[in-house]
Order: sequence, then structure tokens, then C-alpha cells
Amino acid sequence: MPPVERQSLRAVLAVAATAALALGPLALMGVTSAGRQWFWPDLLPQAWSPRAWAALAAPGAGIGGAFVRSAVVASLVSVAAVVIGFPAARALALHRFRGRGPLMLALLLPVLTPPIAAAMGLHTVFLWLGLTDTWMGVAIVHLVPAVPYATLMLAGSFARFDTDLEWQARTLGASPRTVWLRVTLPALAPGIAVAAAFAFVISWSQYLLTLFIGGGQVQTLPLLVVGFVRGGDDAVAAALSLVFIAPTLVIFGSVARFLRSY
Amino acid sequence: MSGDDAERARWRVRLMVAPALIVIVGLLGTGLVAALAQSLGLYGAGAGGTLTAEHYARVLADPEFRASLALTLWVATASTAISTALGVGLALALRRIVTGRRVMYALLQVPLGVPHLAIAAVFLTLLAPSGWLARVAHVAGLVAGPADVPALVYDRWGLGIILAYIAKEVPFLAVVATALLVRLDAGHDAVARTLGASPWQRLRLVTWPLIAPGVVSAALMVFAFVFAAFETPFLLGRPYPAMLAVVAQQRYLSLDLADRPAAVAFALIMTALSGLIVWAYQRGSAACAGDERPMVF
Repeated sequence: MPPVERQSLRAVLAVAATAALALGPLALMGVTSAGRQWFWPDLLPQAWSPRAWAALAAPGAGIGGAFVRSAVVASLVSVAAVVIGFPAARALALHRFRGRGPLMLALLLPVLTPPIAAAMGLHTVFLWLGLTDTWMGVAIVHLVPAVPYATLMLAGSFARFDTDLEWQARTLGASPRTVWLRVTLPALAPGIAVAAAFAFVISWSQYLLTLFIGGGQVQTLPLLVVGFVRGGDDAVAAALSLVFIAPTLVIFGSVARFLRSY
Repeated sequence: MSGDDAERARWRVRLMVAPALIVIVGLLGTGLVAALAQSLGLYGAGAGGTLTAEHYARVLADPEFRASLALTLWVATASTAISTALGVGLALALRRIVTGRRVMYALLQVPLGVPHLAIAAVFLTLLAPSGWLARVAHVAGLVAGPADVPALVYDRWGLGIILAYIAKEVPFLAVVATALLVRLDAGHDAVARTLGASPWQRLRLVTWPLIAPGVVSAALMVFAFVFAAFETPFLLGRPYPAMLAVVAQQRYLSLDLADRPAAVAFALIMTALSGLIVWAYQRGSAACAGDERPMVF
């Protein structure tokens, strides 16, 4: 065993690194967003001001609209990705069929294709479909990265699901509908929650696909974040970053207990 | 089962996977074929309508492509190597903590929920010449003023990009390594200890070989991700040389539609390189591990 001092030093370093990685960025964003007269070489601002937050709240900034737009798109993507991924996941986990290998490969295609190449190809397809520059097109294109993740996560849940339970319920006289509502759905609920959360976050943080398919007409929150960051006002960019992060942290936080049992 | 039942079961499975396939193959697969056609001059904006490899030749001969590829490979390799070493080290160190370990594991999950875009934004503030890191360096007596601070954003070597990825990927690799470590049989370590192995020997000869396949798979994921990344290099990198995805995007959105096929060729060459790296790893690990091949994703 190494000497006690060396061990405790290592432990202190590990705790400090973990805390810095987890809370450092959030703390810096918070301080930057509320700082005023923050001159070199002060480590903390001399004065505080709600200026940046007021700027975000101003009606002309369009933050509220973008927030709602992003939330609506991400919610739709979340539900659709789970509905689409659910049967495919069941087939993948519980059935042996010809074409299972190619299906796995197809699911990995959006994961392996660089987003920029996917965005260019999808741009052409969405021009054909007449869905460019529409929020509907943006929601549909977000399914391309969201469906594979939802499917693979749900397949993981199905792999641990005992289908005999469904048969037992049927034998005891339950209708298919009752089996689905009282057996299948409750057993898979944690997996569904996790898959829905991931699909939401994938859509919520999507930049390139939104830019290409939305053509700058569909202003979601990530587009505004990039705009404000490049605009150079650190305080406003930091405040907006916090607004952008908050929902993803809340959503991951609320499904974290299911992840652990995952 | 009768033939009819078997046929019905087959159709059932087809119906179950159809919606997912429509999204992935119908949209993305078709899109990639369209992109290939555009890059070969066959179809779409800027294409002449006849089959040609000129757009690929133009990209491959382009000094900007080579500079961009070199920078991209450097940033992806450095980010992956440093994140992996630090992430595994962090997981090993956290394993020894007795009180508060659960809190540490919970904290480790936080950065996974922070989008890359937000990390890039905060690193712009952190690493700027008069940013918070420079101020800490000043307080520590390392630099006199902002002019002395080495460039960490918009710099030639993509250091700001690498640092932002390290902040995001160290927790990811630590989470993966932790999951692999808790699954280990503590007996192996105990046996090695009884046989007189030092901590370093136990780590190198017992623990590491057992977690290596999972760690390397996660590291490869990070590499492929950084190789193709857009947002972080777009915000923290300089315009020339820029990383591959940034160059491809700027060329595609250029006002001159005649540039489009070459921009698409650029992105597809990038896709091929990324696929080649993953494939080489799969083959390499298959050759090393026999049939115990770890799945990448």
C-alpha cells in the first residue's frame, strides 16, 4: 500500500478535478453573466449587474420564441423517436431474423457519418420534399440522429425484458391491450424515459442540421447561442448558455436514477 | 409452426423495423447517395451533369485540405489521448475514496448533460488573453499582462479546441472506466497482491488489460466525434487552417453554387477517412482478441 499521505493527496486531487469539471463551467458562466466592470486582473467582478439577463428578457432579443420553438421541436422529436424506435428495438432484442445485421449497421450509420456530410446529403433530400426552411423539416431531420440512439437504448431494455410475463398475463385472461398497458409498458418505463430524455437532448443541442435544413429561417436556441457567442458580448453569451443548458441538466437529472439501474 | 405462421412472423418483424428504416435509410441513406451524385458532378447545385472525378482531384490537391486534415488529426489524437489518460486516472483515483464517493459519481455525470456548444462558449471566456485562466496565471506570478499570455483561442495548434474537448470528454471516459471497474472481479487484484505485485504492476498487468477493450472503444468514439466536430472548432479555432468540418461547411455555404460539388466531395472524403479509422480499429481488435471482439458503439 502507498503511504497514507500520498493516497489522501491523490483523493483530494480527484475530488478537486471532479468538482472543477462538473461545476467550474457553470460557475464561470454564472459569474460572467452577472459581472460588471470586470477588469484585468480581478478574479471576480468589481460590481454586479442584471444587464445581460435583462437583455435576454427583452422582447426584441427573440429568446423566448427560440426557447419555445426549441422545446416544441425537441418534445416532438422525443416522442416520435421513442414511438419509431420502440418496435424496432423489440425486433432487434427479441427476434432472430434475416437482415438483423444490416439493420444494426443502418442504426450505426447516423452515428458514424460526420454530421456535416449528413447535413449536406439531407439538404438535397429535404429540398425534394419541400421541407427546407420549415420548423417541421427541422423536427423531421432531428429524427435522423435521435432514432438510432432511442432504438439502441430501448433494445437494451428489451434485452432484459422477460416476454413470458406477457404470455402469463394472456393466459390469465388479459386482453392484448391490458397486457400492453399493465405489463409491457410498466416494465419498460425506465428505458422509455431514458430514451425519450436522450432524444430530447439530441434535438435540443442540434446545430448543423438545424442550420442546413432550417436555412437560418428556423431560429432555435443553439443558433442564437452561436450568434451571441460570436457577437462578442461575454455576459449575454454566458447568460444565454445557462438558459440553453438548464433544461438538459434538469432532464438528465430526472432520469439519472433510471440510468444507474441501466 | 406452419409456413403461413412463419410468413406472418416475418412480415410482423418487417413492419416493426420499417419506421426506423424509413428515417435512417429513407432520409440519410438517400441523402448520402444524393451527396455522392453531387460530388461526382451528376446531380444537384453546381453539378455539370456528367460523371467526373475533378471535384475529388481538386480537394485532394488543395493545400487547405491538407493543412486542415493535419490539424484535425492532431486535435483528435491529442484530445483523445489526454482525455483517456486523465479519465481512466480519475476513475482509478475516485475508486479509492470512501466517503462521498457517490456524490463524486453524481458530479461526474453533470458534464455529460452540458452540450458541447455551451462548453465551447465558456472556454472562449476562460481562455481569452484577458480571460479567467490568464488572470489566475497573473495572480500566480506567471504572466505580467494579457500581452504575455500565449494564445489559447484562435491559435495555430487548436489548443483551445483540445482543452474544451478534454473538459467534456474526461468525465465521459471516467464514467465509462468506472462502469468497467465496478464490474471487475476484486479477486484478481487480491491474488496479484498476495503474490507480491506492486500497485503499479497490478494496474498495468491486471486491471488495465481487463478494462482496456471497453476504454479503447470509448476512446475511439471520442476520436471519431472530435474528427468530425463542428461547433467547438467553429467557435474556438482560427479560420486558417480550420478543422475539416468547418472548412466543408464554409465551402458549402459559399455564395458561388459552383463550389458545392467540391464542398460535398470534401465532406465525403472526410466521411471515408472517419469510416476507415473505425474499420481499421475493428479489424485490429479482431486480430488481437480473436473472437472476443468488442463492439464499438
